[in-house]
Amino acid sequence: MVAAENRLLVETINLTKRYGDFTAVDSLNLKVEKGTVFGLLGPNGAGKTTTILMLLGLTEPSEGQAFVAGYEVTRNPLAVKSFTGYLPDNVGFYEELTGRENLRYTARLNGFSGPEAEDKIATALAKVGLSENADKKVGAYSRGMKQRLGIADVLVKDPQLIIMDEPTLAIDPEGVQELLGIIKNLAKRDGKTILISSHLLHQIQEICDEVGIFVKGKLMAVGPIKELGKQLLQGKPLEIEISAQPDGERLLDLCQGINEVQSARKDGDLTVLQCTKDIRETLSKFLVENGFSLQYINLRGVSLDSIYHKYFQGEVQ
Amino acid sequence: MVEEKKYAAIIQGARKVFQANTGLSAVVLKELADYLRGKRFLILSLIVGLTCFAALYTAAVTIRSTVGRDELEFVFLRLFTTSGASLPFSFISFIAFFGPLVGVILGFDAINGERDRGTLSRLLSQPIYRDALINGKFLAGVIVIAIVIYSLGLLVGGLGLILIGIPPTIEELLRIFAYLTLSVIYISFWLSLSMFFSVVFRQTSTSALAGIAVWLFLAVFAALLAGMVAEAVYPVHDTSDINRILAQTKLQQNLSRFSPTTLYDEAVTTLLNPSIRTLGPIMIEQIIGAIKGPISFGQSLLLIWPHVVGLIAAALLCFAAAYISFMRQEIRA
Repeated sequence: MVAAENRLLVETINLTKRYGDFTAVDSLNLKVEKGTVFGLLGPNGAGKTTTILMLLGLTEPSEGQAFVAGYEVTRNPLAVKSFTGYLPDNVGFYEELTGRENLRYTARLNGFSGPEAEDKIATALAKVGLSENADKKVGAYSRGMKQRLGIADVLVKDPQLIIMDEPTLAIDPEGVQELLGIIKNLAKRDGKTILISSHLLHQIQEICDEVGIFVKGKLMAVGPIKELGKQLLQGKPLEIEISAQPDGERLLDLCQGINEVQSARKDGDLTVLQCTKDIRETLSKFLVENGFSLQYINLRGVSLDSIYHKYFQGEVQ
Repeated sequence: MVEEKKYAAIIQGARKVFQANTGLSAVVLKELADYLRGKRFLILSLIVGLTCFAALYTAAVTIRSTVGRDELEFVFLRLFTTSGASLPFSFISFIAFFGPLVGVILGFDAINGERDRGTLSRLLSQPIYRDALINGKFLAGVIVIAIVIYSLGLLVGGLGLILIGIPPTIEELLRIFAYLTLSVIYISFWLSLSMFFSVVFRQTSTSALAGIAVWLFLAVFAALLAGMVAEAVYPVHDTSDINRILAQTKLQQNLSRFSPTTLYDEAVTTLLNPSIRTLGPIMIEQIIGAIKGPISFGQSLLLIWPHVVGLIAAALLCFAAAYISFMRQEIRA
């Protein structure tokens, strides 16, 4: 039990935030294990930023508790903030100062000064590839560079936990790739725990070990991306779409004869089977044995993207 | 052994205090550096410095031409209070005029400026208490104001010494020092007021405008308003009705004393003009038999002590309002 708790770096218990009648975050139970990259996915206004601010003690929860590395956030905000790095969305810097000077201020706020601070700053800048531009004024930085400086700013305090709010927003694709590379290195090489919030699934899915889908202040599903589809589909009919030659009535009849298939229908060029479980493997063998050549087979709706869309469309309506 | 333990405890305690204040000292140092290197500060000190030297020069010329005729008492103080024909403003009226502006300009974007730049949430996610930011900014502002006011006062005093050639007495020095300190407090009031606006308003232009509006109101309209109200409450129909006239004057004065501007003006006049014995209305029968002459520094100070307390209270009140609203504010952009 103790061991299990030690593995958890972030834990929230029924964390709730209300603004008047509006519930921004609703009884959130979030668990992030040490050393993982956790993606908090959700549309704008889902309560992601509010959750993050509560994790940092920058907003008081209306109910519930948040723990970071075993510290209750509202009681030990300073301890939590000393080992948690936060990269806000639209991170800003003092434009009239250089990148290095900006980081120096952060270092001072963390109680580092002198050569110790300079060392930390130089290491952080090198990690994000900004060493050459460190002494330019931030006003001359591009957006992607500012975002990387933001990561360096977070790294100055050498945090255990890094929280990034929409880090890839409004950056060009190349900048996004660069940023993701840096984040991946932080997780794999330096063993940092990273919590990323985003509404751009495609950009962050490759670096996340685990994601949580967050809609209207509620966590709809949590897990590794692969398992997430299954979790979300529970209780919903499983549909397999196939296309096989020769196409025709015989295919439909044959499919309806399979035990696990509840019904079969034509949908354009595809034949759609409602099944009780995923029978793709046996189905393909079965069809080939019966003289069909299988051209296409897919488990419908299990791609996370489509589920994600479904939830988000529900949100919009 | 016991001694050693005691020392260890003291050192540890000191370390704790130091750690709790690393945030504060870092903020103060950063803000000081920002102010002193910034163009805003340069422009402000140029304006204030130039006008004050002009006032000093006029005063010196006027004093030199009149010094033979008038009595010779407190000549040095007159450097600060005398205006001339070519420039109808004295050093103190310039400070009274530009001081609030300096305070407003130093503080109007303290918090919403950070919010605008997106640095606020980044700063507050560092291991510092939230109040370290606003305390540090206020402290840095007060330090800057003190640097400007004291150095200006000393410069003017030094140049005045060269121009008129009469050294100040100890009492004059004390009065000037008290005056400069009072000015720092007064400008700090404006700093805390504009910092309050910077917390309440999201736009820096709005908070700057609000600060300037309050300044204009207190400097120009407050006295006017006080007069109107007093006249409405105690209308004087008969000019021989002395009680009514007195009541009206007193009400007007007390009303206008709600304005820190009035408090400051009265206090400054009393400090730098030792012949002022009272600030309220005075009857002729009260003067009869009184020996004309200046009062001592202690007496002047006693006369304006309520003013000083009022000014400090006003500054602290504004800062407390800024502090509380900042501590309760949502941080998200």
